Amino acid sequence: MNLHEFQAKKILQGYGVPVPDGGVAETAAAAERVARGLPGKRYAVKAQVHAGGRGRAGGIKIVDSASAVGKAASELLGQTLVTEQTGPEGRGVRAVYVEEAVESKRDIYIGVLVDRQAGKVSLIGSQEGGEDIEELAAAKPGIIKTLLVNSDGSAAKGAFESFAKKLNLTGALVKKSVSLFHGLTKAFVQSDASLIEINPLAITPGGELLALDVKMVLDDNALFRHADFLEMREKDELDPVEMEAQANQINYVRMDGNIGVVVNGAGLALATHDMLSDAGGSPANFMDIRTTASSLDIAAGFDLLLTNPNVEAVLVNVHGGGMQRCDTIAEGIGISMKRSDCSLPIVLRFAGNNADYGRTLLGNYGISYVEARDMRDAVERVMALVRSEAA
Amino acid sequence: MAILVGPETKVICQGMTGRTASYHIERAMAYGTNVVGGVRPGKGGSRHLDVPVFDTVSDAVAETGADASIVFVPPPNAAEAMIEAIEAEIPVVVCVTERVPVLDMVRVKAALEGSVTRLVGPNSQGVLSPQACKLGVMSTVHERPGSIGIVSRSATLTSEIVAQTSAAGLGQSTTVGIGGDAVHGIGFVDCLQLFLEDPETRGVILIGEIGGAEEEMAADYLNSVKASKPIVALVAGRHAPPERRMGHAGTLTLFGRADANQKIKALRFAGVHIAPNPNDVAETMRQSLE
Repeated sequence: MNLHEFQAKKILQGYGVPVPDGGVAETAAAAERVARGLPGKRYAVKAQVHAGGRGRAGGIKIVDSASAVGKAASELLGQTLVTEQTGPEGRGVRAVYVEEAVESKRDIYIGVLVDRQAGKVSLIGSQEGGEDIEELAAAKPGIIKTLLVNSDGSAAKGAFESFAKKLNLTGALVKKSVSLFHGLTKAFVQSDASLIEINPLAITPGGELLALDVKMVLDDNALFRHADFLEMREKDELDPVEMEAQANQINYVRMDGNIGVVVNGAGLALATHDMLSDAGGSPANFMDIRTTASSLDIAAGFDLLLTNPNVEAVLVNVHGGGMQRCDTIAEGIGISMKRSDCSLPIVLRFAGNNADYGRTLLGNYGISYVEARDMRDAVERVMALVRSEAA
Repeated sequence: MAILVGPETKVICQGMTGRTASYHIERAMAYGTNVVGGVRPGKGGSRHLDVPVFDTVSDAVAETGADASIVFVPPPNAAEAMIEAIEAEIPVVVCVTERVPVLDMVRVKAALEGSVTRLVGPNSQGVLSPQACKLGVMSTVHERPGSIGIVSRSATLTSEIVAQTSAAGLGQSTTVGIGGDAVHGIGFVDCLQLFLEDPETRGVILIGEIGGAEEEMAADYLNSVKASKPIVALVAGRHAPPERRMGHAGTLTLFGRADANQKIKALRFAGVHIAPNPNDVAETMRQSLE
């Protein structure tokens, strides 16, 4: 689950991480009111969307008066912001965050994540920060420093100090950054985060550290113990079709092609896409039916696929396992096709647990399909179908 | 012969009395797995599926001599169950549970350090030695005792490759699903080591996918040893759209070690035979054994 900047900043502030004064607003008038309550004369008005690259996409405006804050907010609110991370469809801006614009003498980058190889929480940092951090890390790999910390977020004595020095922090900034690292790693562990990034962490002309932008992602699997975070969840964070699929135990991602794909298991789904793409095919979706999906869940997932007008043929590639069997999936497809009166051609490849029974069930539903004996055969047959459609 | 489990393995099940666990344990027993007991706090002294139930793992080990455990405990308590099995010094622990919080797995990894336990999972279909021991939830339709070791990050692709290797007359010595989660127990390298040492295993199939660095680490390992057996790999996800999370496959690409083509390149450089597509994995193995 992604948090907005203002939500993340509020959490980090609770752990002693210094952030500029600011407030969130959903109307231009409210944004102007927030600005009038802030110290200083320069303001940053920032679109609150779940995507990076806002600055380069025009989602952050720096202005010199409270009335200009109102004007900037009215321009941003309701706009669809397209950044390099949103995809071409962009994200609608429903709130802006107004804060005191702060001058930075130097930008650094700080992040916390789980290092999956080590199986430990890792603090990462770079003495240079900013929006180009990924290009920077690629160009100068040595610039990224890491420190593995304990599972409670603490570190060995002196470890945070030497980490600060590796980031070229000196003098009073060492002590200030050590306190920030303590707070940040503790916030990470106690919030069950999977990623926190402060980028940039500014060093102000007055020699203070200030987190100018914060990105925070929470571990969806741990939300059961964070009811307070669940309230921050936005209903429209995912595409509504993908949300509907998630509610039905299916991972579903819309794509641009014309072949609807139904597969159980993420690995088999990726492999099916590889074979289809190698054969010159173009999938209309990614679908991974989870082991916990019932036949009604699967029917709902198949309904979603049928709502995609680009689909010309459907490829079903199911390997019945110990937990998700072919008959359950056959029943789901049968229910969906019956109730939608669908006549799309289907290539069916069933293998593994209850494959024969699954085929019998589909036959009982009166559904005709082209049977394939293995993955290659299935891909070839569905390609033949879409080619004949095109001809 | 097999790795990790065999016909003598004495299995207990943690969280045994639940519906899902009961279903799978009953099937494992029918398969011939030597299930000697179950653990369910508060139900010690009772019996379930005709074996004794204990309050704690250490009670179960003391009474039954169990040397493997399969964990079905739901996510909020799964980490504690794994840690309990590690502290009871059970040599092989499989965790089937999906959606365990990643920071809980960080604590489990800390408990594993210096322990005698090999953890498989979580989010794993388990370990199968055909006709000998089923410590997992995989289907048992196409498996045949044989000579190929399979280690995989994906359950359904494993079923697929098991069927292929059986049809090709090769069979399997053991299949291991290391699980799809970011932080997990044993990985490709541990399994490669075990398979290379196992006299009954003639070749090893790695089933990888985008995300993480299991494949790169396997390549590094194979560069450092002289593998005496052919290794075949399938890496799924060459055509996955970038930066999207596909089920369990996919991760942060911050360190740039996630692209399927890079993984394939690294494995090929390490002398691994790359299967050209998911349909021809067993055929690639058959050819490399000749």
